[in-house]
Amino acid sequence: MTDKEKDTAAAAAPASDAAPAAEPAAKEKKAIDPHAMLTVSTSPHIKSPDTTRSIMIDVLIALLPSCIWGVYAFGPRSVSLLLIAVICAVGFEALYQFIMKKRITVTDCSAAVTGLLVGMNLPSTAPLWIPIIGAFFAIVVVKQLYGGIGKNFMNPALAARAFLMLAWPNAMTASPQPFTTSSMFSVSVDSADIVASATPMQLLKTGTIPDNGIFNMLLGAKAGTIGEVSTLLLIAGGIYLLVRRVITWHIPVSYLATVALISYLFPQNAAERLEFVACEIICGGLMLGAVFMATDYATTPITANGRLLFGVGCGLITMFIRYFGGYNEGVTFAILIMNTLVWYIDNLTKPKRFGGVPNNGK
Amino acid sequence: MNKYVKQIKEGIVDQNPTLVQFLGMCPTLATTTSVSNAVGMGLAATAVLICSNVFISLLRKFIPKEIRIASYIVIISGFVTAVELLMKAFLTPLYDALGLYIPLIVVNCIILARAEAFASKNPVLPSAVDGLSMGLGFTVALVLIASVREILGAGTWLGLRVTPSFYEPALIFILPAGAFLTLGMIVAAVNKGKSFAAAYAEAHPKPEGVEVLPDEIVTDAPAAEETPAADEPASEEPKEEPKTEESEVSANGSAD
Repeated sequence: MTDKEKDTAAAAAPASDAAPAAEPAAKEKKAIDPHAMLTVSTSPHIKSPDTTRSIMIDVLIALLPSCIWGVYAFGPRSVSLLLIAVICAVGFEALYQFIMKKRITVTDCSAAVTGLLVGMNLPSTAPLWIPIIGAFFAIVVVKQLYGGIGKNFMNPALAARAFLMLAWPNAMTASPQPFTTSSMFSVSVDSADIVASATPMQLLKTGTIPDNGIFNMLLGAKAGTIGEVSTLLLIAGGIYLLVRRVITWHIPVSYLATVALISYLFPQNAAERLEFVACEIICGGLMLGAVFMATDYATTPITANGRLLFGVGCGLITMFIRYFGGYNEGVTFAILIMNTLVWYIDNLTKPKRFGGVPNNGK
Repeated sequence: MNKYVKQIKEGIVDQNPTLVQFLGMCPTLATTTSVSNAVGMGLAATAVLICSNVFISLLRKFIPKEIRIASYIVIISGFVTAVELLMKAFLTPLYDALGLYIPLIVVNCIILARAEAFASKNPVLPSAVDGLSMGLGFTVALVLIASVREILGAGTWLGLRVTPSFYEPALIFILPAGAFLTLGMIVAAVNKGKSFAAAYAEAHPKPEGVEVLPDEIVTDAPAAEETPAADEPASEEPKEEPKTEESEVSANGSAD
């Protein structure tokens, strides 16, 4: 709105010729082409330099620190997993659009973001064919079959993670210890000595605080998937996206606040209540999910209130699964379930038309 | 006789109760975890469908219109009970595997739909054939879905290992989510095949008839190409061809 007002103010300024204009105003006056003022065009009138490509590159930049940490912590094998995921995602998108005779849009980088997120959701011990299938499911089944970018009703990367988790639970739920390296090119890994005996999420489910130390876990020294371990770098990425106005604060803040509130009110471990709250937020895929997955444009509500509601819903379902569900971690299914409710939330939080009569005059 | 062949084709391909009419989704999604379950479920439903269609057709003038649905349910549940007891006696493992879904055949939409839409308006023999064709269509669809799910989800077909040893079965196809995925993909493939077949039949209606002709009467081929207007008097000959052609096309459609 403010931009629009500025535009109209700027357009109105040269019209008042008689007014004694200050020097900067005079400069503006010269810059505006009088013919352009008389040209009437259809909306949109507010233009932004953002394109899909620039937004997606911002997301890639924001994800990069966490990826680098994942590679540092889990060794070169995570490089091959991430690379395979990204290349396959881009390749499948180009291939599908080529076969279906659509315009090939891989240069907008959205497939690369999806591929990178698929890769970041894998444990570093996953077989090398897993990212190929994950990228195929994310790009072809979830994204392209529903009409391509902006038309998918679920976050493609998360749907692929859910698919892989249900299909190969053993390979997907293994969480390797950090700083244990495995060969870069071996198709599958004998993971007996790499996989943690109990992951942080398993410990939290029983109310035990992991003994890694909260600061270490915040940095990323804990068992988990490639991209989710470094909470601090994920937060940094989120702040970058906020500053660049790629995302708004509503979903991450309401999501994290809901998780914090529930784990504070109903802790599994009442003796160390605050530590428990911190661990619930730091451990698992919550930060990756809240900052990068739950803020996907196509699968989240449009209005601010809707986004707050979306975040609260994600938090409630996440904690419900963490406390009572069969899985240790509930972020994936929480966001996917809320994705399917976006249409309803959008309808529920439809803003009143300016000057409109509330409730249609009833 | 030709009428009945056409009826059976309708039930299996054009009006397939599962893949075209989307009836009986509950057993379709729930019992297709393995091919043996699918065959058992399909044949049990077929048996009930034939018997109930015959009896409802016999009683169609006797049943008052106002309470017809209740009467159909009574007839259907009688046969379902018989099938259930027979399966329990002679096919105990299958009975255990299918469990609740055998008694649930009573409220299977396909059976009630055929009773209401067909058997209550038609004589006994067409009704029996209708029951057979719809039952076979249901069975074929179930086996198709179950084959995909069992091969991808367990690496086996009818319990035999068919995938190479390096293939790690994707458990999701045995789970409910896999049922929806598989059903959606198969329906998409069937629709694509049908529209492709329809487009093909529309694009080449006469050339195909001509192509068949040269085997019999070689000299007629150029004449047929020359005169599109002459098709109408000559229609007696090609008219027999389109039927075989249709069945070929539909076979293509079902193969997809």
